Amino acid sequence: MALLDVKNLGISFGGLRAVNAFDISIEKEELYGLIGPNGAGKTTVFNLLTGVYKPDSGKVILDGNDITGKKTIETSKAGIARTFQNIRLFKKLSVLDNVKAGLHNQHHYSTVEGILRLPGYRRVEKEMDEKAMELLKVFDLEKYAHVDAANLPYGQQRRLEIARALATEPKLLLLDEPAAGMNPNETGELMDMIRFVRENFHMTILLIEHDMKLVSGICERLTVLNFGEVLSQGKTSEVLNDPQVITAYLGE
Amino acid sequence: MLKKIKNMKKTTKSNLITYGIVIVAFVIMQTLISTGSISSLLEGLMVPICIYVILAVSLNLVVGILGELSLGHAGFMCVGAFSSAFFSKCMRDVITVDIVRFLLALLIGIAVAAIFGILIGIPVLRLKGDYLAIVTLAFGEIIKNLVNVLYIGKDSNGFHFSTKDVMALNMEPDGTVIVNGPQGITGTPQDSTFLIGFILILITLFIVTNLINSRDGRAIMSIRDNRIAAESVGINVTKYKLMAFTISAALAGAAGVLYAHNLSTLTANTNNFGYNQSIMILVFVVLGGIGSIRGSIIAAVILTLLPELLRGLSDYRMLIYAIVLIVMMLFNWAPKAIEWRERHLRFGRKKKEAVQ
Repeated sequence: MALLDVKNLGISFGGLRAVNAFDISIEKEELYGLIGPNGAGKTTVFNLLTGVYKPDSGKVILDGNDITGKKTIETSKAGIARTFQNIRLFKKLSVLDNVKAGLHNQHHYSTVEGILRLPGYRRVEKEMDEKAMELLKVFDLEKYAHVDAANLPYGQQRRLEIARALATEPKLLLLDEPAAGMNPNETGELMDMIRFVRENFHMTILLIEHDMKLVSGICERLTVLNFGEVLSQGKTSEVLNDPQVITAYLGE
Repeated sequence: MLKKIKNMKKTTKSNLITYGIVIVAFVIMQTLISTGSISSLLEGLMVPICIYVILAVSLNLVVGILGELSLGHAGFMCVGAFSSAFFSKCMRDVITVDIVRFLLALLIGIAVAAIFGILIGIPVLRLKGDYLAIVTLAFGEIIKNLVNVLYIGKDSNGFHFSTKDVMALNMEPDGTVIVNGPQGITGTPQDSTFLIGFILILITLFIVTNLINSRDGRAIMSIRDNRIAAESVGINVTKYKLMAFTISAALAGAAGVLYAHNLSTLTANTNNFGYNQSIMILVFVVLGGIGSIRGSIIAAVILTLLPELLRGLSDYRMLIYAIVLIVMMLFNWAPKAIEWRERHLRFGRKKKEAVQ
């Protein structure tokens, strides 16, 4: 069975049908791309999957659980993590604390234990520190651990956002234009990193991207959205050669 | 020992410095008071200073750490003051050990303020920014005005309540009025001392700084920095907003208890529990540096002392006060001033950053 199964998903904003009859089925450990022109509804799909918006129609099944219309906090607990098109870090927190915020639901102690600094606090904080540093090492960010997130260079901020998303121990990782604003070198590194995350964390990844080099380089399957509807769907090479996709998005 | 201090986390070190400043200031003032080297006017300001420090630190939890503007802080102080004064007056003859009665009053003041914090927080925290500020301002005023029409008396039949006047209480001849509307509560035992105020400041600091550096504090600050991202990593935004708001209200309640037990007559007027007061506390927080606990303390102390110290200048007093406010603001927020401070006032940290 597929890890993510979406059937007939749709939402309207006023009179505008932003997403209509959207179907997608992603297998475990698959790298899946969602592409399409600006305003096609790609980010809206992410917002529907993560509970930012409530769909008017359709079903979202993640790993056998129906998460249709659940709130963001519930979709996060169900196992969906995401990054954002315009980076959303906790800017005034340190890099380490950003990842530890991602670990929030994995490690618990009570407020009283925290305020009175009881043994539970020390033990769990130590666990969190170790786990967060491990993640930072994977993303080559450990030397920035105590720097405020706002002071990181752009590329590192993108990486930190992915590290924070992985800290929530998701089943499905949604990346919203991870290569936006990167030069070809950085995009190359990012591609390696996405592959690495998939293999090492056994992660299923759905990504939105405009960079066709990245999309054709790492995505196994694609869905093309146009005006809120699925224009084409299937293996990357087939989709990118689909005449409809070429006219609507890629250009002759 | 020195090495141990060096290896400590930056935040821990900064917190220890804050505790150090408070303790040293207390010891100095206490010595001056016991040797009789300061005026009785100044001595009388010690408890109010403690009250304002607690208020400023607790408001900083909402304004600086949660990142929401609340203008109703004096309302929670009012609730804490009246509930504890009510208790103390009723129990004056029952519990004769002052400190026990005061501690119970303190717990009651804190609990009642916390309950109000939750009750007001649930509807109000759905708003943000300017709207939240306006609604908290309104709630603060509502609390103050409700207290002003409250009449409570006690006689052999028990308690009597009214919102009209003393006559409407219908008490037996032996009854006593405890809360007398706009005249408030008179005859509260004066149990507040500088030492108690100092201990309450330490407890407030302990709670606030430890909260900030814990899992809950991180959740609260992540909501401040980016609510949508906080939700996306599974942080319960409503819960943590309410937690910060309630703890802040409870601590304001503690300040209210201190206030109520420092005066023989407790009334609710614009100057002590109205929006003037709420904005005054906000001024401490903003001038001390939003999110900086140590800054809140220093600003609260200076700005409480200043009007009294400038009393000699009579007419020019508020003029100088205003100038000091502007200078403090520049010192804290102007880029040039920040640069100068980085260069000259932060020796330890500067060296460390230069290595990186």
